[in-house]
Amino acid sequence: MTDTAPDQLDDTVWVEKASLIDSIPRPVQIASVAVVFITVWQLITLSDLVPPIILPTPLETWNDMMFVGANVLSGGYMLDSLWTTVKTVLYGYALAIAIGLTLGIIVGETAFGERAIMPYLVAIDTMPKVAFAPLFVAWLGFDIDSKVALAAFIATFPIVVGTAAGLHAPDANARMLFKTMGASRWQTLYKMKLPTGLPQIFTGLKIGSVGVMAGAITGEFLGGGNGFGELIRVAASQLNTPRVFSLILYLSLVGLALFAATSYAQRVLVFWHKDRVIGAEG
Amino acid sequence: MMATARVSQLRASTGGETVYELTGVGKTYARNRVRALEGISLSLERGSFSSVIGSSGCGKSTLLKIMAGLIPPSQGRVTINNQPVRGPRRDIGMMFQHATLFPWRTTIENVLLPIEIRDGKAAAKAAWGRGEKLLDLVGLGGFESVYPDELSGGMAQRAAICRMLVTQPDMILLDEPFSALDEISRDFMNMELQRICTETNATAFLVTHSIAEAVILSDRVYVLAPRPGRIAEVVEIDLPRPRTLDMITTPKFGALVERIRTRLDKGDFE
Ligand SMILES: Nc1ncnc2c1ncn2[C@@H]1O[C@H](COP(=O)(O)OP(=O)(O)OP(=O)(O)O)[C@@H](O)[C@H]1O
Ligand SMILES: [Mg+2]
Repeated sequence: MTDTAPDQLDDTVWVEKASLIDSIPRPVQIASVAVVFITVWQLITLSDLVPPIILPTPLETWNDMMFVGANVLSGGYMLDSLWTTVKTVLYGYALAIAIGLTLGIIVGETAFGERAIMPYLVAIDTMPKVAFAPLFVAWLGFDIDSKVALAAFIATFPIVVGTAAGLHAPDANARMLFKTMGASRWQTLYKMKLPTGLPQIFTGLKIGSVGVMAGAITGEFLGGGNGFGELIRVAASQLNTPRVFSLILYLSLVGLALFAATSYAQRVLVFWHKDRVIGAEG
Repeated sequence: MMATARVSQLRASTGGETVYELTGVGKTYARNRVRALEGISLSLERGSFSSVIGSSGCGKSTLLKIMAGLIPPSQGRVTINNQPVRGPRRDIGMMFQHATLFPWRTTIENVLLPIEIRDGKAAAKAAWGRGEKLLDLVGLGGFESVYPDELSGGMAQRAAICRMLVTQPDMILLDEPFSALDEISRDFMNMELQRICTETNATAFLVTHSIAEAVILSDRVYVLAPRPGRIAEVVEIDLPRPRTLDMITTPKFGALVERIRTRLDKGDFE
């Protein structure tokens, strides 16, 4: 491309041309999908196919989002709710990271962990984990603790698996090299295996960040409290669907922020990995 | 057996100080009962360059791993400077087919890694100047703070040479170090290796698949016969030093290559 002057671009030269749709800037691409989505949504609500109590119009939803936003910004009761849910998510994520990394290192580093502990983890992981929610409530009460526990419980497994996979990532050459340098097991772990495995570890963390949201909200559905999950439950029981929709959209922003923060940490820590972040532009 | 006798004869006939010695070394892998090596005896003099050549799977890498203290032999004695080798040592440097530079470390941080691991971060920092000098020596001056993904394959291997040399080892072990490079860079790197060995007075032991490479670099070539790996012949290379690439066309070079090739072909039928 660079060595071809624009005036030479006649039909005798054959150069690579980006397709029209790929040449649109990414924000415009994303916005256009939203426009199509909202248009379809609006058309469905106009068509009388679905009663308004089941599907609110985009405008109703937008108005409710404004209402919720105003309540949050003015320090109303929804700010407390939001803060409760955000705290649950952050505590749950922190707990999941701590336990997940520890278990992942045990499973990935020791033959015993791999042989004897991993099968149990796999067995627990195949269970429908939200079914544990009533148990956590019974054990830890209706306060935030039971929701944190459920959130952490769901998010821990992908982190364990990602960490264990990451520790298996270094090739034989790197292992041999560290052996020739007389490196201790600990040095091999934190100077070579963990950095090499960071991309896999972050894959686990990102899956975990999604799970932690699901766990926190499920916990709030089933265990009460005053989080956003409870607000959704109450709104749904009052058939206030615009409120349900707007709360869900706000929650997805929280989830997105957590995912984005994890991706950002990955970009900073795994600065050498060229095709590093899933979904990031080249 | 015959080979052992011949080697001890050679040892008697040459003068210099012995750095590294193997006596009757054998290796049987317990896992699959493969007899990888049998009765390997050799001694390497300070500043000498030796190569081992043999068909694939004849035990060359096994021999090198034993020499590096990475795996124990099943029989025999391994000594460096008259001390038994009982594990990886800082006076033994090793290099493999792949450079294996870590992408989160700059070039010089990669070079100083062996010091950081053995003596800690402070010692590595103190050795910064030595690292720079080594990078200069291999023609990588100015690339200290570049990350390895910006280095070419040949440059990466040169950085790996520096990493191997940074602990100032008495013995350097090379397992097909340049076989992943294209032929032109490979010839060039071989000449570089010769120059570096001369300048640092290193004792080198090279595993290679290439007869020409073995001959152009070595004072002595050990030809290994397979199953179990044993020394079939020791060929003294009395070409003058420093060696140059145009020596490859001389009749003497051709004769040495031919001699080793014949020996290798025979070895495969034994
Ligand atoms: N860790 C191991 N466990 C069991 N057997 C092994 C092991 N490493 C090597 N061997 C066996 O020992 C023999 C020699 O292997 P080695 O890797 O030393 O050969 P090599 O000469 O380096 O081959 P190449 O030229 O292909 O690198 C082979 O038969 C191989 O299968
Ligand atoms: Mg080999």
